[in-house]
Amino acid sequence: MSTLLKYTLRIADNSLILGQRMAEWCSKGPTLEEDIAMSNIALDLFGQANGFLEYASKIDGQKTADDLAFKRDASNFYNFCLVEVENGHFGNTMIRSLLFDTFYLLFYKELSKSQDENLSALAFKSLKEIKYHFRHSQNWIIRLGDGTKESNKKVQESLNNLWKYTDEFFEIDNVDQIMIDQKIGVNTSLLKKEWTEIIESTINEAKLIKPSTIKMITGGRDGKHSNKLSSLLKEMQYLPRKYPNAKW
Amino acid sequence: MQNGKINKIWKLLETVPDPEIPVISVIDLGVIRDITVKNNYYKITITPTYSGCPAMKTIQDDIKTCLKKNNINNFDFIIKYSPAWTTDWMSKRTKDKLLKYGISPPSDITICPQCKSKNTKLVSEFGATACKAFYKCLDCLEPFESFKCI
Repeated sequence: MSTLLKYTLRIADNSLILGQRMAEWCSKGPTLEEDIAMSNIALDLFGQANGFLEYASKIDGQKTADDLAFKRDASNFYNFCLVEVENGHFGNTMIRSLLFDTFYLLFYKELSKSQDENLSALAFKSLKEIKYHFRHSQNWIIRLGDGTKESNKKVQESLNNLWKYTDEFFEIDNVDQIMIDQKIGVNTSLLKKEWTEIIESTINEAKLIKPSTIKMITGGRDGKHSNKLSSLLKEMQYLPRKYPNAKW
Repeated sequence: MQNGKINKIWKLLETVPDPEIPVISVIDLGVIRDITVKNNYYKITITPTYSGCPAMKTIQDDIKTCLKKNNINNFDFIIKYSPAWTTDWMSKRTKDKLLKYGISPPSDITICPQCKSKNTKLVSEFGATACKAFYKCLDCLEPFESFKCI
């Protein structure tokens, strides 16, 4: 697999898998407005994933964007471990979104300057949307953290639980290094400082406590996932796998 | 002659309504960026409003139907992401149409389409479609949708 293909799939897979998780909220949102908000966010994420998968399909030369979404196994998905984590309660979903949205906001900002004009165009487009997502998750975490004793306790627990997945955002491996050297990819290790500042100021305002450093979990970007991803894919890929020639 | 036909396609597309907001056309919406011709084959460049907007597929289908009805069959679409679509591409005329239809147009000031009051409040940044936010008028108390500025 070419380096550019893997790099593009990593971006696409984050949006696709988080989109699928957000879509699981459809019809189960805590209020009608939130149900609509989360479905809208899921749609944006699917749209972004589609753009990156179309580009990945072009690089691949054989597989279509649908093949890439529906015919890969978990070990060939390269999303962050964070985005496959189950939704849990609403506050848990919002913590997951806050951690991810903050990172993707910074990531897309940098990727929009990529020398690869396809990636830069898709990043610029996606950046407009992720700004909304970020405001949404940030506002909710401030509201829940600085809400009741119970809501504070719940989101604090979620923050403590999900913190271990955040180091993966800033890892640089061979694929990244080659892309950085070609001025295509983003040096995400340089985004850690700003990400930490935004997260710290948000959790301060939300009267939450930053979790202490714990053992981090990574590997998603190389296809090492929890069995939660397989369950997610089983549902997401059911129809095209069961009826390979189905058209919709 | 070919330019004449390109102009004809532009004119025809003015009759294709946005599937969600039928008072404006796909031209008004600003998603048709270019129409070119090579060897008698037309390329229509479309830019998506929102990445995941389901109307984008419907828009292409509606354009196909419209052009085929007018005996234009030799065309295809190019999806272009850059420059990214922005509500700045909407003309004042389009914005007036939106307001008349009951949707507050993209602007720094959100106006209630019912009573034209500027005393309005955001209820949710997410509305019935990706492009709209949900507002409430604090004077006439009516809820309404507002086209987001992007």
